Amino acid sequence: MQQHIRMGVDIGGTFTDVVLEVGDMSYSTKVLTTYAAPENAIIDGMHQVCAKAGVTPPQIDQIIHGTTLATNALIERRGAKTALITTEGFRDVIEMRTESRFEQYDLNLQLPEPLLPRQHRFTLKERIDARGDVLVALDRADVEALADEIASYGFESIAVGLIHAYLNDSHERMIRAVLAEKLPDVMISLSSEVSPQMREYERFNTTVANAYIKPLMKSYLGRLKGRLTQEGAACPIFLMHSGGGIISLESAAEFPVRLVESGPAGGAVFAANIAARYGLNKVLSFDMGGTTAKICLINNQTPKTARVFEVARTYRFKKGSGMPISIPVIDMVEIGAGGGSLAHVDAMRQIRVGPESAGSEPGPACYGRGGARPAVTDADLTLGKLDPDHFAGGSIKLDAAAALQALGTLGAPLEMDAQMAAFGLAEVVDENMANAARVHAVENGEDLADYTMIAFGGAAPLHAGRLCEKLGIDRLLVPTGAGVGSAIGFLRAPFSFEATRSVYMKLSDFAPQVVKTLLAEMEAEATGFVRTCDAHAPIKAEYKVYMRYTGQGWEIPISLSAEQVQNPDAAEFLALFEADYTTLFGRTVAGMDVEITVWAVNATTEVAAVETIGATPGGKGAEAVNTRALFDPIKGASSAAAIVPRAGLSAGDWVAGPALITEDETTIVVPASRRAIARPDGTIDITEKRT
Amino acid sequence: MSNVAFQVMWNRLISVVEEQAQALVRTAFSTSVREAGDLSAGVYNADGLMLAQAVTGTPGHVNAMADAVAHFIRRIGRENIQEGDVYITNDPWEGTGHLHDITVVTPSFHNGHHVGFFACTAHVVDIGGRGFGADAASVYEEGIYIPIMKFADRGKVDETLIRLLRGNVREPDQLIGDIYALATCNEIGHRRLVEMMDEFGLGDIEGIGDFILENSRRATLERIAALPRETATGAMRIDGFDRPIDLKVKLEIVEDRIFCDFAGTSGLDKKGINVPMVYTKAYACYALKCAIAPEIPNNAASLAPFEVTAPVDSIVNAVHPAPVALRHIIGHMIPDTVYDALDKILPATVPAEGAGCLCNFQVSLRPAAGHQGRRSEVLTFNSGGAGARPTVDGLNATAFPSGVMTMPIEATEHTGPVIIWRKELRPDSGGAGQYRGGLGQYMEVGAATGHEFDFSAMFDRVHHPARGRQGGQDGAATTIAQDDGSAMQGKGKQFVPAGRRVMLALPGGAGYGPASARDPALVKRDLARGYISAKAARDDYGLSAEAVDAILAAVSRGETE
Repeated sequence: MQQHIRMGVDIGGTFTDVVLEVGDMSYSTKVLTTYAAPENAIIDGMHQVCAKAGVTPPQIDQIIHGTTLATNALIERRGAKTALITTEGFRDVIEMRTESRFEQYDLNLQLPEPLLPRQHRFTLKERIDARGDVLVALDRADVEALADEIASYGFESIAVGLIHAYLNDSHERMIRAVLAEKLPDVMISLSSEVSPQMREYERFNTTVANAYIKPLMKSYLGRLKGRLTQEGAACPIFLMHSGGGIISLESAAEFPVRLVESGPAGGAVFAANIAARYGLNKVLSFDMGGTTAKICLINNQTPKTARVFEVARTYRFKKGSGMPISIPVIDMVEIGAGGGSLAHVDAMRQIRVGPESAGSEPGPACYGRGGARPAVTDADLTLGKLDPDHFAGGSIKLDAAAALQALGTLGAPLEMDAQMAAFGLAEVVDENMANAARVHAVENGEDLADYTMIAFGGAAPLHAGRLCEKLGIDRLLVPTGAGVGSAIGFLRAPFSFEATRSVYMKLSDFAPQVVKTLLAEMEAEATGFVRTCDAHAPIKAEYKVYMRYTGQGWEIPISLSAEQVQNPDAAEFLALFEADYTTLFGRTVAGMDVEITVWAVNATTEVAAVETIGATPGGKGAEAVNTRALFDPIKGASSAAAIVPRAGLSAGDWVAGPALITEDETTIVVPASRRAIARPDGTIDITEKRT
Repeated sequence: MSNVAFQVMWNRLISVVEEQAQALVRTAFSTSVREAGDLSAGVYNADGLMLAQAVTGTPGHVNAMADAVAHFIRRIGRENIQEGDVYITNDPWEGTGHLHDITVVTPSFHNGHHVGFFACTAHVVDIGGRGFGADAASVYEEGIYIPIMKFADRGKVDETLIRLLRGNVREPDQLIGDIYALATCNEIGHRRLVEMMDEFGLGDIEGIGDFILENSRRATLERIAALPRETATGAMRIDGFDRPIDLKVKLEIVEDRIFCDFAGTSGLDKKGINVPMVYTKAYACYALKCAIAPEIPNNAASLAPFEVTAPVDSIVNAVHPAPVALRHIIGHMIPDTVYDALDKILPATVPAEGAGCLCNFQVSLRPAAGHQGRRSEVLTFNSGGAGARPTVDGLNATAFPSGVMTMPIEATEHTGPVIIWRKELRPDSGGAGQYRGGLGQYMEVGAATGHEFDFSAMFDRVHHPARGRQGGQDGAATTIAQDDGSAMQGKGKQFVPAGRRVMLALPGGAGYGPASARDPALVKRDLARGYISAKAARDDYGLSAEAVDAILAAVSRGETE
């Protein structure tokens, strides 16, 4: 029988990960990202995995791709020459931001520059009001005059963002029609299509970001398609988007801003798939690499999503120091905590860690490449979590003395020796990540105590056990393939597209027919996008409305059934809202009107049913190949930990902490409070010891 | 308890109060809280000393709330503090400066022992009285007063209080909703504290409290000890309601503290722009901390070395029953006054003067005679330009010293029949200098067809623009008028008939250093972007006519700077 062959490709900052699945078998490789022509690394990786699997590129049925290229273009400001056309009186919306300072005590604070300088922002006389009615009609002659004026400027891309265009797109469409006629080579992005949501700063900025990276991404995707075809892989190519689904290459080229954060989204989908395999409904995914850690809540095997996030933070990853992008996105927190994060002692004699990172050059002090400042990896080495001779499969020999020296310098002002300084550093970075997870949980009204953690990424298994202790989480899973988790995640994602609208409706003014029509339109739009990816698969629509008490600023998402969408009823909507509100905040507020602010329809293909994990056979206590002194943060002293190679574990084999389960890419630290057991799929399952 | 454990717990407490603040934003009703972030949250030891405060929030609350819990302990009486209690006040003098700020304090109990307090404050949109504005002659006209009292006694909410409040305000559901949100946010802080105490096996928080206070005190004193032991005076004249106000300060730096005294400052005003001492202290401390010890977190010990005083019945130490609703206008001017003095002691540290106070207004809309329509109250927060810094330009249209955000105009237009016709940068409003002042902004405000409105203005710097430093030039003044040219005042409630618009030019920040020393590349960039006009490039910065033409030609060819 013909086996289905699919390839997942994730372009990251350092590595391009390629995973090929042939039936039940999986082959993966990591090649260095080739910045100048990213498609080269993909071609290279493709040939490697094809060779491993014994197949040829023409046999590949489907390629799913995710990339940081869009994000990097925004961070590094490498976009196209772009203009913004907006409503008269609002030329500076993307520059004035929220008119606030994200760091209140820094007198020399600098705000990030807008993506477009002021002289590339143009206005037209027109106005739509908050009901979507035209207050001042747009004169076509004005648009033609503007198009003529800027014809010689050499813009490659133009963003159009008009006030209240999310309610009425007629003026934006007229502008596009004129530009298409007068400037046929210029790419155009409309705010009413890219991000049809209320709040002009977020919408305009998102539209500008889309326009800014569109020429670059369109050209890259075109070249990629060409190269793959040349190399024999003429199969369809799809792109992972930030919301955790897959869209066609054409949609991606039209709305490239939706590719921002597609890599981390793949990681979340990967974790969601493991959650499904284990039947877990409350999961915290924890992805820790070299410079950052990402934390995401996954309830009912579905990653938590949001409608706005921030990209390109310029100031210690601080909230508000980047730029908002309002598109459907998997909601996660990212903090500057990774293996390379550097530590120092501040004025309060507190150890601080990150977000500054040693990167790969010079790297942590223990890399012996000239780094003198202590990094998280130096602490991990000194505390006994890492084996200096077998780091990265033995490819980098770690210098323990250099780590001790760097940590000694850190500890000196605190009168701590290097070991205590390492303990302090590791505790601070773990606490930072735990705090980020706690705040994220609170913002989502969740209590982490009944969650399971799924850890992946190179540094996560070293820290996940301690994080679970700090968060009161009982169970931790470390799946196989954790090093290429995002690329595997791409292969688990459905085709999906979310249509959203900002239309305000109070339940006291509830108009069932309007609701029905609106949701039907949105369903048609979302389904249409998905249909371009797969002509035959059944498509399922999920309906959500965001509701709040009139006067509140935060909405809560309420899911609707197909039946409720067919026969919308205000009393039923109210009952759904009140039930969810009570769960989140304890009590409803009597006598207040409730309103709907945002409507969302997500069309998605069915995900292949996940095979749940079978019963784990009885195993034996794993034999330690050696022991190493491992620092126990609860005792505040070292004790001997068993060293157990992961490759030697069979399903059901177990080991009690303190233990170190080793593999080429990483080491899983099993704290003294926990025990680990190998599951049939190779996952290491770590739980609190029962007495 | 090890030093490492204390380090972790301090971090944890800062995270706990941040969670507390986020819970408030999520559940609040007033736009000032949930859109603009006009709030604060903190944790205190059993003696009422503040140990940590959320970063989310604005300085006027941040520092003022530090003193509030001590008042609660005194008024309630230690013997009456019970598990399940929740206390409340909006006392301007024992809370945070005006009746619109509600402060809620909750004692925290662990295993039956009282271990500390959580407190939070939020600015509510309406508290009754005349409504938010400058027009009252005494605090009695500004709204209903809630003395420090129990909102909940051992878990039981005081229904009489609720009924009284509901009967005295324009938006009773919002106010009561906000009070519940404040109580909820303290409860969330309390739960996290108890979890931390269980995790670390603590019976009280005295040990961690002492560690925080000792380290903060030492760090702050090290900073002060490194300063020159000097005395300097500062002064600034601003608009006031209908007569100018002089703000005067004397700074004295000694070995272990900084004295900041406002003797010589103008007396009380008849209108509601007077400032209770707690608010003066908050902004004076804030200004000093930014300049001297910016990264040391706020707590009782890090704030203690800043001793702020002012004569009773001066406009910055107004006592009951002076009207104080708009205490922020003068309060926000205090940092620039303090910096006038500090610049003489610490040169090249503080910015030039900026717009100072937020440029807020409230619009009361109603249908014009013979028209259909709706009534609505709309409040907006907006910012002028900030002062230039010793090595960088001032921030354009950005609040300083306030920490709040503006509201999106699309959101504002959904709250009532108001139309914001313009909100964009105001070229040439930043004072010229080696480093240019931040630009102010233009706004145009009207009503939907068939509506008229009262416009409650809360502006300063109409007659007294921000002054330049070290040879920098002044920022542009505030202007306000109707679109037919009818004059309007900077403060107070004023009628605007149907069809008319209010035209606002919000003030710019002042420049730093002589304009002649500005990097020509920056002058050219500013001209290309339109931050400055061709005339300003020539007259203020001496750019040649040829250079100006070359830049403008490059812009019209689409070249980037």
